[in-house]
Amino acid sequence: MMAPRRLLLAAPALLLLPRGSRASPEAMAEAVRGFTGGAEIRPGRVTLEISPLVENGNTVPLSVSVESPMTEAEHVRAIAVFNERNPQPHVITVHLNPRAGRAMLATHIRLATSQTLLAVAQFSDGSFWSDRAQVVVTLAACVEG
Amino acid sequence: MARVLLNIPRTARKGEVIAIRTLIQHVMETGYRPGADGEVLPRDIIRRFTASFEGEEVFAADLSPAIAANPFLSFTMVASTTGTLVLRWQGDKGFDQTETREIMVTG
Repeated sequence: MMAPRRLLLAAPALLLLPRGSRASPEAMAEAVRGFTGGAEIRPGRVTLEISPLVENGNTVPLSVSVESPMTEAEHVRAIAVFNERNPQPHVITVHLNPRAGRAMLATHIRLATSQTLLAVAQFSDGSFWSDRAQVVVTLAACVEG
Repeated sequence: MARVLLNIPRTARKGEVIAIRTLIQHVMETGYRPGADGEVLPRDIIRRFTASFEGEEVFAADLSPAIAANPFLSFTMVASTTGTLVLRWQGDKGFDQTETREIMVTG
């Protein structure tokens, strides 16, 4: 008799959870598949730079550079950054071509909590390369008011 | 008009790879935060940034709410000829801003 009533009492609390589902390693894998179309991703050629210990998750400098000559024959077409535990798995996607000269990007991002970040680069030959970084966040962003 | 900070060289040697740094004033409201009245504030972000030189796209970015307020973006381009760099930010609530800068290429 008690158990169902407790469940009923708990139901409103469930509704108070953040709107939509939070990103998870599975949601990130799904977003990455959306970028690669299911192609194999190899580690290497990409360098994801971010401070391993972040005090304020509201603005975290992040940079990605990719080894590539950036010629017509061989260049990086796109770089995408994903996260595991923000409300959404996608962070940024940039589109490049040989006119960029170098395959690099720098920006400032938000981190909701300590997590792993993944940068994936798409090369002109259709291959995908990646780098990961673990970040510890002491003051979170995104969810708090 | 949102305030914009740009760090772009005015002159460059032909073939030189130059760094472009941009920052635009924008709240980048995530759509997940409650406001003062407890209601979740609607999302208001810049979704797309493009940089074109003499009509040809050099760099483009699709942004998510995970990009911090006042989005900072840095990238590079090859200085090929003297020309105009056009930077454009587009986003929610009809946000659309364009800035142009001349780059003089010597040699």
